Amino acid sequence: MSKRKSKDSHFTVGECVSQVQRLLRERFCHQQLPTRPLGMESQHKHLLELLRRTAVHGESNSVLIVGPRGAGKTMLLNCVLKELLEVNEVKKNVLLVHLNGLLQTDDRIALKEITRQLHLENVVGDKVFGSFAENLAFLLEALKKGDRSTSRPVLFTLDEFDLFAHHKNQTLLYNLLDISQSAQTPVAVVGLTCRLDVLELLEKRVKSRFSHRQIHLLSPLRFNRYLEIVQQQLSLPSDFPDHKFCEDWNASVKALCEDKSAEAVLQKHFNASKDFRSLHMLLMLALSRVTVSNPAIRPADLLEASRLCTADSKANVLHGLSILELCLIIAMKHLNDIYDGEPFNFQMVHNEFKKFIQRKSHSVHNFEKPVVIKAFEHLQQLELIKPMDGSTAKTQKEYQLVKLMLDHSQIMEALQKYPQCPTDVKQWAVSAFG
Amino acid sequence: MSVQLQHPGYAEERLRLAAARLPCREAQAGALLSLLGQPEQYSYPSIFIYGHRATGKSHVTQTLLKELEMPHVVVSCVECISAGLLFEQVLLSFFGSSSSSSELLPRSPSLSDFVRAYRQLCAQVPATQTRYIVLDRAELLRDMDSNLLPGFLRLQELVGDNVTVILLSEIVWDKFRPNTGCFEPLLLHFPNYSKGKLQQILSQDSHPSYSPELYSAYINILLGVFYSVCRDLRELRHLAALNFSKFCEPLETGEAKEKDTHKLWKNIEPHLKRAMQTVYLREVSSVQWEQQQAEEREVGAVRGLSAHDHVELPYYSKFLLIAAYLASYNPARTDRRFFLKHHGKIKKTNFLKKHEKTSNHLLGPKPFPLDRLLAIFYSVVDSRVAPTASVFSQISSLVTLQLLSQVSHDDQLDSPKYKCAVSLDFIRAIARTVGFDIVRYLYDFL
Repeated sequence: MSKRKSKDSHFTVGECVSQVQRLLRERFCHQQLPTRPLGMESQHKHLLELLRRTAVHGESNSVLIVGPRGAGKTMLLNCVLKELLEVNEVKKNVLLVHLNGLLQTDDRIALKEITRQLHLENVVGDKVFGSFAENLAFLLEALKKGDRSTSRPVLFTLDEFDLFAHHKNQTLLYNLLDISQSAQTPVAVVGLTCRLDVLELLEKRVKSRFSHRQIHLLSPLRFNRYLEIVQQQLSLPSDFPDHKFCEDWNASVKALCEDKSAEAVLQKHFNASKDFRSLHMLLMLALSRVTVSNPAIRPADLLEASRLCTADSKANVLHGLSILELCLIIAMKHLNDIYDGEPFNFQMVHNEFKKFIQRKSHSVHNFEKPVVIKAFEHLQQLELIKPMDGSTAKTQKEYQLVKLMLDHSQIMEALQKYPQCPTDVKQWAVSAFG
Repeated sequence: MSVQLQHPGYAEERLRLAAARLPCREAQAGALLSLLGQPEQYSYPSIFIYGHRATGKSHVTQTLLKELEMPHVVVSCVECISAGLLFEQVLLSFFGSSSSSSELLPRSPSLSDFVRAYRQLCAQVPATQTRYIVLDRAELLRDMDSNLLPGFLRLQELVGDNVTVILLSEIVWDKFRPNTGCFEPLLLHFPNYSKGKLQQILSQDSHPSYSPELYSAYINILLGVFYSVCRDLRELRHLAALNFSKFCEPLETGEAKEKDTHKLWKNIEPHLKRAMQTVYLREVSSVQWEQQQAEEREVGAVRGLSAHDHVELPYYSKFLLIAAYLASYNPARTDRRFFLKHHGKIKKTNFLKKHEKTSNHLLGPKPFPLDRLLAIFYSVVDSRVAPTASVFSQISSLVTLQLLSQVSHDDQLDSPKYKCAVSLDFIRAIARTVGFDIVRYLYDFL
């Protein structure tokens, strides 16, 4: 131990920073599992108990984990599975099948995936044979043959559960839940979804076979708890090789969380959303600014990261438009004001623009109509304006009805920040009568 | 270069090389590089880069990935008409052809097949560095299978490999989000080049036989004309290359020296303004434009593309088209006044209602039934025309020429409805050939 310690003290700052980056990036980007799930102790206990009953006692269960995106559903499930598999008898006994609604988009693919993951006999070298009906019959037979005492329990985890409900006839869900209801092979069906109304999506016969056990991850998180989590997420573990650096880092993180300006940033972020994913994004952006010359996260870094996170992307796009395109947007804004949000076509916009040029403009010269059309089409490409109906071939492009996809305030705000905006254009935008 | 790219984990020599190839994009390249991190570290699962056209999104990304020798694949979503092509390209460039990746994928692979194949190959060749998948023109992913975009956004989690997906697009992220949500990517914005930066970049490719100052003065004039319309670097560079020889003409003939900036400006400015109406709109192709300059012909003498849209039509077809235009742009209740000889007295005040006065040429053509078209047709044609099959077939051939468009469904034989789909200039040209004063008959120009 002493030898190791003496070696550790030779770490340069650069190596330490690189170690910190590696550790924290794994935590933020790779969604590395924490030792204990934070702030969801009761749910953790509930799920663990439920799955243990299936794994050890052969009891069939079904449960849904419901929570918004980034609330830690997968993390909770993985934590529970990890803990469960640490028990030796469970590890030998249980079969795991992971399905994802994004990948298994229909029942045929899902069925093949199940057969593959269960290593059943009709699999030869990772290839699955047989038609859908054969596959289903085979699988059902295999699952039905078993009974509670002799056969190994199977844990099905269905990520993006709501997408499975969109499959034809919900055959897969029906069969899985049916098995979980009858005294056959013990199975546990764990669904993860972010839709609160997921039960409304299920067919009646499927719904009646579901146990209606739901675990909600809608934690009433408080801000001071949130701050603690931030600190916990940023701190280095005690087994970090360089103790000196580790202590310095943790102290700086503690100071950061107590800093007033950093707290204001976090409060703002907390008000926008409480989920861990967006927090990770913020911390990741702050972390990316940590270098050798700047070996700790300062409040200014957090401020900059939050500025990046909350930047209005449409305003960014508006700043990059040319003067002509900006004038067209203002003309559309006026049309929106006058005709109360009615859709308009290019001719009207051009008419409005011509009125402006004839009356007031000194800086913008008179553009030819095709040049203006080109600018209009560019706006359409950027999806700042959207055609009302899809039939583009039937109407001439000048008369195609379009809608402006921008807010009044967005335009005005962008106009204020627009680099070198001519004064008369600005005045035109403010004036009520186009 | 004021700011140098710096990052531990990469050789300085390579960083310098990369930085030299990215003028005016130091801040963005630095930000991207610090997000990517060192090669063996994990990076954020998906990064979304947006910005206008020609702001260096793909250039910066590709240069960094290539110069720093990171394992990456650049896939253009325009090329991938099916998801299978996309998957194949990714697997092929990550794992090579030796691993028989094409064998692992079935004929029309789903995302599930791709992930399984990836996992399998990845187990044989585990990643030592972060792998990058760059999806160019990512807005087209939205039109493919609905599970593709969310799947790629969380690919790192799905395949369990150190892989990062970089999406490049012109459109903002808000328009991408599926309705049940997805894994949010990190957003990175590439702002447009400012005028000064555009000048700096464009001045780099100066002509060898002239001084760089002259070229930069030329660029200044060019930007003065085009900057208010176009900020696209590629377009501006193309225009600069096309018109430079014209700019240098007075120098070659000896009319002006390099110092006579005013004289040079006077020479080139009208030329550039004409270029905006022709080459910029692709009315005249760049080859034609260069030929014109070489032959010293009056610019604009060559007819542009839009001058060619005049078509030669049979006599009755012309009148049918004129009748269709009148039917489309005039309200039906004014027909009596325009086309009947003894229409009695109609008060003018009924006609000139303010809100209707401006409307029709703004709102576009209105649909009209076949009967009305024929009635107007017989009224405007002087001679007696029998309603033969040829008149009706001419109507349907006008539809196939897309001069008229049929509004009602194709299966309707009795009283089909049409719309006229030609512009005012076009119909005036046609009317002139048959000696018909169309403007007198148009309600909007009364």
